[in-house]
Amino acid sequence: MTYNWNWSILINDPYLGWLVDGLLWTLAVSLAAWVIAFTLGSVLGILRTTPSPTLRTMAATYVEVFRNIPLLVHFFLWYFVFPELLPDAAGMWVKREMPLPAFTTAVVALGLYTASRVCEQVRAGIEAVGSGQRNAGRAMGFTEQQVYRYVLLPVAFRIIVPPMTSEFLTIFKNSSLALTIGVIELTAVTRRIEEYTFQGFEAFTAATVIYSLITFTVMGLMRLIERRSRVPGMISLGSG
Amino acid sequence: MTRLLQALLFAATLALAAPGTAQADAGDSPVLQRIEARGVVNIGHRETSIPFSYMADDGQPIGYSIDICLHIVDAIRAELENPDISVHFIPVTGQTRIALMANGTIDLECGSTTNNLTRQRQVAYLPTTFITGTKIAVRRGTDVSEIEDLEGMIIGVSAGTTNEKAIKAHIAEHGLNIRITEVKDHSQGWLAMETRRIDAYGSDDVLLYGLISRSKSPDDFEVVGRFLSFDPYAIMVPRNDSGFQRLGTAVLARLMRDGEMERLYNRWFAPGPTNINMPLSDTLRVAFQIQALPE
Repeated sequence: MTYNWNWSILINDPYLGWLVDGLLWTLAVSLAAWVIAFTLGSVLGILRTTPSPTLRTMAATYVEVFRNIPLLVHFFLWYFVFPELLPDAAGMWVKREMPLPAFTTAVVALGLYTASRVCEQVRAGIEAVGSGQRNAGRAMGFTEQQVYRYVLLPVAFRIIVPPMTSEFLTIFKNSSLALTIGVIELTAVTRRIEEYTFQGFEAFTAATVIYSLITFTVMGLMRLIERRSRVPGMISLGSG
Repeated sequence: MTRLLQALLFAATLALAAPGTAQADAGDSPVLQRIEARGVVNIGHRETSIPFSYMADDGQPIGYSIDICLHIVDAIRAELENPDISVHFIPVTGQTRIALMANGTIDLECGSTTNNLTRQRQVAYLPTTFITGTKIAVRRGTDVSEIEDLEGMIIGVSAGTTNEKAIKAHIAEHGLNIRITEVKDHSQGWLAMETRRIDAYGSDDVLLYGLISRSKSPDDFEVVGRFLSFDPYAIMVPRNDSGFQRLGTAVLARLMRDGEMERLYNRWFAPGPTNINMPLSDTLRVAFQIQALPE
């Protein structure tokens, strides 16, 4: 190796500031996308288990379309193709006047894609509760809404905390693809530091450590939620 | 006395043996020793730096920088007295070129890399082979002749390039009200330009001419304004190897002395296989003259 190590660039101006900004953008993209993904995914997951065939088909179609297109293509389609499909004036607004065009597009693309994955987790959770509970609820005279609200969902959401943790972790790592449409998040910042200083190894090491810190924090948080929300004796949630 | 004789004899043996161990003159250059041992020169090349270093239709890397590097390979063969040394092309990108050079995968990087002092902490460069700088491309008829005329408009730059640095500095320094959209690479920048997401795109002028020449409607765009930065391109070599660096410098000096450099330039740029049509500038001609060191 003829590499000239220089770890001090990581704390030098302006590179430290860039890393902090990059971290903030990564968090902003991921958390905003997670809000979309969790809300929309939960609704879709419920729709996939309703008695209505129309609603089930709609949700299933959404999942197949969004899950089967690679995420990178999602970013590209939403950023470059979607505005061209709009009427001219609206398209120009999206491209030029919309606040933070790259960030907004990234949040929408990542959120809608992840929603299809969350949907499947929610559906699996509801199905895991079993039809016995559903029928018991109906026999008690609950309406369909009440069955979901008071019987199925409280258990289903507790069951899916572990797989949901994986989805939540994945969204932080997937957010790095936002750099392909020009969001200067953590990975983009490390590339920029590399380009400016040619000290790529230090920059990528810093990014690795920061991503690990994010994921460890998320894991700790989810474990706390898992423990707090546990209903003793009702379902086994592992030893954790 | 015998001791002195013994010592002398020992020294003489060493002196005689020395040229033997360093046969064929790899000298103290780690890179040349490595090439001699492998029997291969590993050249790092770019895939889309037209016309410096890019893939021909048959999948072979070609271009101005590649041609120069092949002259250096000939000199390496002569230096090591081994005509059988082969060339192995390894594709690199802006992100991988430093890592691959630092870990010894590539011996020469033949692309379109700007030589600057910060980067010289990490790698060394041969003499300048091309001079360019940041300019802006705009849609014809938008009445923009300098970056200042973009007031209130949107300019696109490729994130993390020297162009981004130059344009941002210029905008900040003159307090201009120009919005910046960052894109991942030149092809996406040009897509943003063609879909009117941005009004101007800033990059090295030679790359802008290349982008325009390959766009769907080359007549709709033009490159305008003065140079906003100074970007001399050079072939990159590993640092701390003055022997290898000197060999490369000697080859370039010879090419510049005997006019071969100008012929190579004309072959690729005037008008060149991609019709880029950039005649040799006076600045670059003078640069060739200055760098044409005597033997």
